[in-house]
Amino acid sequence: MSQEKKNKKAGKTPRIHARDLTPKEREGNFKEVALGYTPAMAQLEALRCIQCKKPKCVLGCPVRVGIPEFIKLVAEGKFLEAAQKIKETNVFPGITGRVCPQEDQCEKHCVIGIKGEPLAIGQLERFVADYARETNETLPLPVSPSTGKKVAIIGSGPAGLTVAGDLAKRGHEAVLFEALHQPGGVLFYGIPQFRLPKEIVDAEIDYLKRLGVEIKVNYVIGKIKSLDELMEEDGFDAVFIGTGAGLPYFLGIPGENLNGVYSANEFLTRVNLMHAWEFPNFDTPLHHHKTIAVIGGGNTALDAARTALRLPGTKRVQLVYRRSRDEMPARREEIRHAEEEGVDFHFLASPIEIKGNNGWVTDLVCSKMELGQADSDGRKRPRAIEGSEYALSVDAVVIALGSGVNPLIAKTAADLKTDTKGHIEIADSDINQTFKPGVFAGGDIVTGAATVISAMGAGKKAAEGIHNYLMCRDSQV
Amino acid sequence: MFRILDKKLLAPRVFRFEIEAPDIACKAQAGQFVIIRLDEHGERVPLTISDALVEKGSIVLFVQAVGKTSLQMSQLKVGDFILDVVGPLGTPSEKGPFGTVALLGGGFGIAAIYPIARDLFRAGDKTISILGARSKDFLLLKTEMESVSTEVRRVTEDGSCGAKGFVTDELERLIQSGEPIDRVVAIGPPAMMKAVADLTRPYGIKTVVSMNPIMIDGTGMCGACRVTVGGEMKFACVDGPEFDAHQVDFDGLLNRLKTYVPEEREVRDKWMREHSEPCRWESSFASSSRLNR
Ligand SMILES: Cc1cc2nc3c(=O)[nH]c(=O)nc-3n(C[C@H](O)[C@H](O)[C@H](O)COP(=O)(O)OP(=O)(O)OC[C@H]3O[C@@H](n4cnc5c(N)ncnc54)[C@H](O)[C@@H]3O)c2cc1C
Ligand SMILES: Cc1cc2nc3c(=O)[nH]c(=O)nc-3n(C[C@H](O)[C@H](O)[C@H](O)COP(=O)(O)OP(=O)(O)OC[C@H]3O[C@@H](n4cnc5c(N)ncnc54)[C@H](O)[C@@H]3O)c2cc1C
Ligand code: SF4
Ligand code: SF4
Ligand code: FES
Repeated sequence: MSQEKKNKKAGKTPRIHARDLTPKEREGNFKEVALGYTPAMAQLEALRCIQCKKPKCVLGCPVRVGIPEFIKLVAEGKFLEAAQKIKETNVFPGITGRVCPQEDQCEKHCVIGIKGEPLAIGQLERFVADYARETNETLPLPVSPSTGKKVAIIGSGPAGLTVAGDLAKRGHEAVLFEALHQPGGVLFYGIPQFRLPKEIVDAEIDYLKRLGVEIKVNYVIGKIKSLDELMEEDGFDAVFIGTGAGLPYFLGIPGENLNGVYSANEFLTRVNLMHAWEFPNFDTPLHHHKTIAVIGGGNTALDAARTALRLPGTKRVQLVYRRSRDEMPARREEIRHAEEEGVDFHFLASPIEIKGNNGWVTDLVCSKMELGQADSDGRKRPRAIEGSEYALSVDAVVIALGSGVNPLIAKTAADLKTDTKGHIEIADSDINQTFKPGVFAGGDIVTGAATVISAMGAGKKAAEGIHNYLMCRDSQV
Repeated sequence: MFRILDKKLLAPRVFRFEIEAPDIACKAQAGQFVIIRLDEHGERVPLTISDALVEKGSIVLFVQAVGKTSLQMSQLKVGDFILDVVGPLGTPSEKGPFGTVALLGGGFGIAAIYPIARDLFRAGDKTISILGARSKDFLLLKTEMESVSTEVRRVTEDGSCGAKGFVTDELERLIQSGEPIDRVVAIGPPAMMKAVADLTRPYGIKTVVSMNPIMIDGTGMCGACRVTVGGEMKFACVDGPEFDAHQVDFDGLLNRLKTYVPEEREVRDKWMREHSEPCRWESSFASSSRLNR
């Protein structure tokens, strides 16, 4: 058989699906739901790739992972090499393989997806990363000699972690400042354990430490130090800002201050960061609610809804979204998992008031919506149907409407340009440099709430930019 | 890790801690706070920075042992460590000079009033401090408050020191005496701050209070600390904790503070069962429960 024919055939075999925990197995615990491939499954799936000469899949990936190359290595059983291949462009494949919205990115463009199911690129990426981690892959420690340059990285989400790793590898001294007591950003406090086990984030952070990155937790930059102080007094030659978009939006409807109303950030932080599900062995509580409404349709809303379902005492979780299932911005896999687990979806509904009694939530009043014309971004705009109000009887409401950026840093640095929403403006988007000399930025603080991989991509560009900035400055002296 | 350099029992169940935190000490301003977490299982708890000793690289905190965390902290010794201390958080108090300022401290709110009084006094304001507590033993920081006040007035609920009654009674007497007051700053239990706001409102005296809602991150990320001020939602950890007393929705705050009362009791009781002499704890609770609220 010619290579060509063999390839064609390869594309036609069905996609290999890894097992998920059954809904029963998920009840009342935070175990990871999507199980990974075995080596045999991974090899079988990798063989489906037809090794396109002009791989479309790569164009769908924000950081241009060498997809056909790593897949080929998987097919050959060279899993560690495959991991190395991915890490040339994507340092955290164990994370992205799990949380990237693949159906909108790499897999969306995979050619075999035109007729059948696209290649399971995310699953394979996750497999090789897990394989490498579990076999105690010896990751290269920096060979670059120390440059004597010091860079402050503010915020330890995916953007900051990427910058820190890349700079350390190039011999710069990288110091990561994190406001919370735990590094990881949304990877830690936002995305739940059942989707992204914390051990995976911990392993990446450990690796950074071995690379020599210093991590200073409990440092709120803008409060304890300003940017100028970092650069002028503490001797940092450059700064990267990756503080994310962590400011929760509320609805601005009556009743939001009632007890039992949470932002998704609070709800998830209590559980993920503070271990409220292990109360009273951990001190931070979360009230046991019976019926919970979650408002929103993104990953955050689904994470909150699925977390709520797993908490003791929960009887029913209703997700209220103002458009329909097709418009939900969440990952398809999460929507499927949420359905399997029994989250009740209320589509085309929008909250107008939260009612309470004695200071506690009793009802969420919603209005029915209909979809009108598609607006400029192609999504159909929802409109309230007059007189369609109805009440859901609930004792908690979790608001997951997305988030804005925190103004803490911009407030203390007048020469840092921000747009009307507070996003830091970029002067040179090839290297993510801001308008303030020596200061770079990337991730959600620049783009508004986006994705893990785009934050990592921005971090990679910025690291490159910072490196050149540091080295050029030297050669000019 | 943050080392405890000094610890003193100042009043029944009220402790003064000096904690090594040089970076925070350099930056701390009146009106700001830190969030501490004692150990891996601990809760994040906000505490006002009462003083910063820059030369020693330490901050001073006052803790009233009321719940699990504060009880556990009260059992720590000099030389022990606190796992996490983050700060300084919050917007600093407005700086004077304002003219004549009445500073009202209720119970261990006096510890939070002290740095504000100190700064205003140094800025040249006439500072009239009105300090109130349940009884004489609870009137903290006697000499410190005297050193930063033009005048100190004391009141106790049982009359064991100064006039018998509440800080609001004394403030009313002050206003009635015709003393022109440019500003009132009141820190203490929410019920006291609310009473002060109600008293000064008709006189149109600018009044500032410090809100103490439940907090988690302290950086504006979770929204747990939201309070309603002038009909708008504010986050006490970044927009406050000080707000215009005449704009604050105290009832909303009081309601939200009740959210975790059963759970707070549960962890506190669990901790007390696991840690020596439950009877002693129980009785000290019963005797000072009125001070907590
Ligand atoms: C619940 C949830 C689920 C999500 N699910 C997905 C998903 O499935 N797939 C996906 O691709 N994306 C997902 N996202 C989005 C994704 O997590 C973010 O786009 C990404 O984390 C942004 O990375 P970042 O590095 O810019 O910032 P963040 O991850 O937000 O990290 C910023 C860090 O900076 C710290 N910080 C903030 N201010 C300061 C300061 N002044 N000083 C010091 N430190 C500071 C913060 O504490 C935080 O740790 C999800 C987001 C949420 C909230
Ligand atoms: C900005 C800010 C500054 C603060 N500064 C201090 C401080 O300097 N010293 C200090 O001891 N506490 C201070 N607090 C209050 C302290 O953070 C809480 O009391 C904390 O919950 C104590 O934890 P715990 O586990 O001991 O008690 P918990 O179990 O959390 O609480 C026990 C109960 O007592 C009530 N309670 C306890 N203390 C107070 C108080 N001061 N006012 C009103 N209600 C109270 C709580 O509402 C709760 O119902 C401050 C709070 C804020 C928001
Ligand atoms: S990083 Fe994300 S988009 Fe890129 S190949 Fe991996 S899973 Fe696909
Ligand atoms: S588009 Fe699909 S088949 Fe082609 S190289 Fe990429 S993954 Fe393989
Ligand atoms: S404590 Fe989380 S926003 Fe204020």
